[in-house]
Amino acid sequence: MATVSVCQYHRGGFSFENCKRNALLEADINKLGFSSPAARKTGTTICGVVYKDGVVLGADTRATEGMVVADKNCSKIHYISPNVYCCGAGTAADTEMTTQIISSNLELHSLSTGRLPRVATANRMLKQMLFRYQGYIGAALVLGGVDCTGPHLYSIYPHGSTDKLPYVTMGSGSLAAMAVFEDRYRPNMEEEEAKRLVRDAIAAGIFNDLGSGSNIDLCVITKGKVDYLRPHDVANKKGVREDKIYGRPVTGNYRYKHGTTGVLAKTVTPLNLEVVEENVQTMDTS
Amino acid sequence: MDPVEFLSKLEKTTIMAVEFDGGVVMGADSRTTTGAYIANRVTDKLTPIHERIFCCRSGSAADTQAIADAVTYQLGFHSIELDEAPLVQTAASLFRDMCYRYREELMAGIIVAGWDPRRGGQVYTVPVGGMMTRQPVSVGGSGSSYIYGYVDSNYRPAMSKEECLKFTAEALTLAMERDGSSGGVVRLAVISEQGVERQVILGNQLPKFSTV
Repeated sequence: MATVSVCQYHRGGFSFENCKRNALLEADINKLGFSSPAARKTGTTICGVVYKDGVVLGADTRATEGMVVADKNCSKIHYISPNVYCCGAGTAADTEMTTQIISSNLELHSLSTGRLPRVATANRMLKQMLFRYQGYIGAALVLGGVDCTGPHLYSIYPHGSTDKLPYVTMGSGSLAAMAVFEDRYRPNMEEEEAKRLVRDAIAAGIFNDLGSGSNIDLCVITKGKVDYLRPHDVANKKGVREDKIYGRPVTGNYRYKHGTTGVLAKTVTPLNLEVVEENVQTMDTS
Repeated sequence: MDPVEFLSKLEKTTIMAVEFDGGVVMGADSRTTTGAYIANRVTDKLTPIHERIFCCRSGSAADTQAIADAVTYQLGFHSIELDEAPLVQTAASLFRDMCYRYREELMAGIIVAGWDPRRGGQVYTVPVGGMMTRQPVSVGGSGSSYIYGYVDSNYRPAMSKEECLKFTAEALTLAMERDGSSGGVVRLAVISEQGVERQVILGNQLPKFSTV
């Protein structure tokens, strides 16, 4: 009857104590002319697919803060347990902390039961936590792994609902990725085909969604083995500027070449200075 | 550029359950939407609560999944304490208690149906707000509005199991044709003393009505 997690002791029912306080604080800040800091979101494409021997999870690597790219190579595939990994879309801090909390609880649970954790257990823990926070934790997750009962894939929404499916996509680029999946998914694919499919789905999100970009990370989970391929594909290579002139790289060198400006006249005035007083003070390097 | 998931996921749905002599037939569509995007086109809205008690879920996906999980746990515990199969009315009461107590916070319309040795096949409906009542036939969800007329005119008491299956499949098909929030495949379940039989009717196998 009792849960094994130690992190949070929660009373029954819903607690909305801090909502009023937050609303008042927000109003006060707005009155002063400031706006509360926007949470950094991973406008994202994440997806997962179940294939013959396991699951393949994929993610792009762009983290945005409004319309600016905050991180060009962030890692969106999070570790939950040796056989379970989780991709996260939504508010970056929320996905990071949520997955870490559940990873910690799951490790304690695994030590207590003496068994390798199951994907369904991680799913339960995540959905119950997200439901408790009624959608205020903006974490949309794709959870996948292989346990003693086989490969499993779940999608978990911020309000706490989950779906167990053979292929799922999440994030702002999810529609582009789902289009690729709906076209080419087959049950019981081989590993190479599954990796290619996930790579193409994330690429569709990267090239058709403004919130996703940079590289493609893949995580292939099979019974007893996890391949964390970061980066699997550098879809957007940064260009290299023009090479070298006079043996020096042109990049970063803003000096004009000798002779750019013509010299009409030249006057030299020597300044003869005498040393009047010399004072030496040693630096305190203790 | 807000991700699609921040809208809450709804199972606006069409769900239905019918009693017959010896059991119940339950049916549901399979569509879950987030705004205008179909997040899951093959959802299973017929959730097992106990061996011979199922529930049809409509409303907020998160709320109904959480309620169903809680009731499954409570009913399982109750059944172990009693050392006998729980009554369908008990399951329905547990749903009603939760849906009424938290009525301001929840959006859940649930139909509980099953078979128990004492009273046979029963259907109880627990709509939004937390009322509970037993009905021989019950429909729910956003698509139900379109089929009240069909159900009222075509339901006869003492139908056989096959007639109930046909009745349910046709009613759900009609609702799915007209309601944008319902669609996908038709999932059916028959619960009786012998156990649970589940069926799926795919899109191209649905009964056909005149297309105007």
